[in-house]
Amino acid sequence: MTGTRTLLDKLWAAHEILQREDGASLLWVDRHLVHEGSHHAFGKLAARGASVAEPDLTFAVIDHYAPTRGRDRIADPKVKYMVETLRKNAHSHGLRLFDLKDPGQGIVHVVGPEQGLTLPGLLINCGDSHTSTHGAFGALAFGIGATEVAHVLATQTIWQKKPAAMRIRIEGKLGPGVSAKDIALNWIARLGADGAQGHAIEYAGSAVRTLSMEGRMTLCNLSIEGGARFGLIAPDETTYAYLQGRPQAPQGADWEAARAHWAELNTDDKAVFDKDILLNAEDIAPTVTWGTSPEQAIPVTATIPDPNTLTNGKAQGARDALDYMGLSAGRPIEGTPVDQVFIGSCTNGRIEDLRHAAAVLAGRKAKVAGLVSPGSALVKAQAEEEGLDRIFVDAGLEWADAGCSMCVGMNGDLVAPGQRCASSTNRNFRGRQGPGALTHLMSPAMVAAAAVTGTITDVRPLLEGRAT
Amino acid sequence: MSGWSQHQGHVVALPIHNVDTDQLIPSRFMSTPRSEGYGRFLLHDLRRDAHGETHADFPLNRHGHASILVTGRNFGSGSSREAAVYALVDAGIRAVFAPSFGDIFAGNAINNGLLPARINEEEMNLLFQGLADTALAAEVCLEKRHLQIGDQRIGFDLDPGWRTKLINGWDDIDLTLSHRDEIDRHAQELKQRAPWIRPAQITKNS
Repeated sequence: MTGTRTLLDKLWAAHEILQREDGASLLWVDRHLVHEGSHHAFGKLAARGASVAEPDLTFAVIDHYAPTRGRDRIADPKVKYMVETLRKNAHSHGLRLFDLKDPGQGIVHVVGPEQGLTLPGLLINCGDSHTSTHGAFGALAFGIGATEVAHVLATQTIWQKKPAAMRIRIEGKLGPGVSAKDIALNWIARLGADGAQGHAIEYAGSAVRTLSMEGRMTLCNLSIEGGARFGLIAPDETTYAYLQGRPQAPQGADWEAARAHWAELNTDDKAVFDKDILLNAEDIAPTVTWGTSPEQAIPVTATIPDPNTLTNGKAQGARDALDYMGLSAGRPIEGTPVDQVFIGSCTNGRIEDLRHAAAVLAGRKAKVAGLVSPGSALVKAQAEEEGLDRIFVDAGLEWADAGCSMCVGMNGDLVAPGQRCASSTNRNFRGRQGPGALTHLMSPAMVAAAAVTGTITDVRPLLEGRAT
Repeated sequence: MSGWSQHQGHVVALPIHNVDTDQLIPSRFMSTPRSEGYGRFLLHDLRRDAHGETHADFPLNRHGHASILVTGRNFGSGSSREAAVYALVDAGIRAVFAPSFGDIFAGNAINNGLLPARINEEEMNLLFQGLADTALAAEVCLEKRHLQIGDQRIGFDLDPGWRTKLINGWDDIDLTLSHRDEIDRHAQELKQRAPWIRPAQITKNS
């Protein structure tokens, strides 16, 4: 050991089977997660007459098209076709399927960790860009396209060039009402939506150490919104406490052996990163997006920027975004009326996210309509045990089943054209939540605050005197 | 997939940064079987108004025969949907020139014979100005890594491994299976060294 290796170096070396002349590595894949969108990949496999190389390491989840209401009869033929195609593929290849009625069903990036399929030190692939989520456990996890999904299905390996190493350290203590979502939107606004392209980001620093696993998953999940295919956090006691006893996590002597191995999964003191960024947690305010890229984000207390003051070719994009969003430069973002709210997604659909939102909504009424879709059936059950569902329903929001839902709208949960939605999701792209939909990204607590006032609102005053 | 090393066609400018894959193909079209063709979905909501009428001044509407795009930074960012590449390829696009690409998109492009060619911002701006809203005859040469428009020649960056793959039209699965022994060795060694790495309960519902 040279004492200069990053966590990325260690994970990469452990999975590298060989390296090609051009520098691409052939990597072993420990877990492969597939969903309805993987139909192109299964089609490619069928075209070759190939079978799944490691069915025991391949898990199928219905999430992107999962209806959040009325699961017994799927009305939309497209949705039905996608769900049934995955069922057929999972069945014919002998894959464990988390079907619509399975108590473990949910969004693939919520299901993997809560089932203990996601573990430190593993390489995890999924045909979904938010696979970076699993890096919160110290796993090498990255999203892949359909041709690569077919490749992993057929060979249980993936070709990949090692990314450059980047570290984002967040030191200090986050203020009340400020969460991992705000850290993520903050760094993406500073560095840009392509600021981490070609890099794997390791998140470190005291503010990261004090985050729960839910918060760490939110942070790693959003790595791709800043261009990074990988997010990483070294495992620690918080990680182990989350994993111990999960159905697919090692047990007994295996657990002890795994723990001993996981203790090595960290960056050496003398390691050097290609990019090293330091943020002060105290400087981070609740953050919201005003435009159509996650980099177009500002503190809720700020005014919407004037495109003419933007450099680096960003002025025209900002003008287009303001035009699409129906907003004016120089106006405060706070007070912008919203038509509806959404709480859920692989970014912010976990139990802690629902607790944060419920802490704001308890005893209050929403001024606008809204949908709450928990990240999984287990999150749903836990929330109901804690009475969070009553808080949402009493506030006037709809409490639904688990899935990707209104983050991407594939199941029909759409924001109508011209409607403005305060959303705990990951992408404010044009039309992401439906054609003509206007999306403002923010934390679940901030979404709850928007529900209470009917406008984009600083959540902090609403939390005063409340336990959070 | 068949390889290629030269392409002659027409180049147009799409002077927008951050064209994400949700723009390249909105998610509502993604349950379509590939055999039906994805070309009509390309940039669907930017090319058409809410009633489905095409915007006459949109570059790809004005020049439907274009096969080479010059566009802004961070092209293909966002979702890993390979359908974004299918939409480009099925619409006849063979090469995209931009200062940067989404990492997942660029890999998907190579896997479908689409060239993601990196140029610098200065060259991008010159091309935007030079092309304005016209389409010009152009030639892409993979061997020499350049785009030729009239007597103007612009070099581009491309990972050498990716260039080889595009030229040969290689299928990764065939290449990988030629390393089957090394893969098996790795898998066996892993099972012995760290048996806990496999899922604790392998329960199947089939």
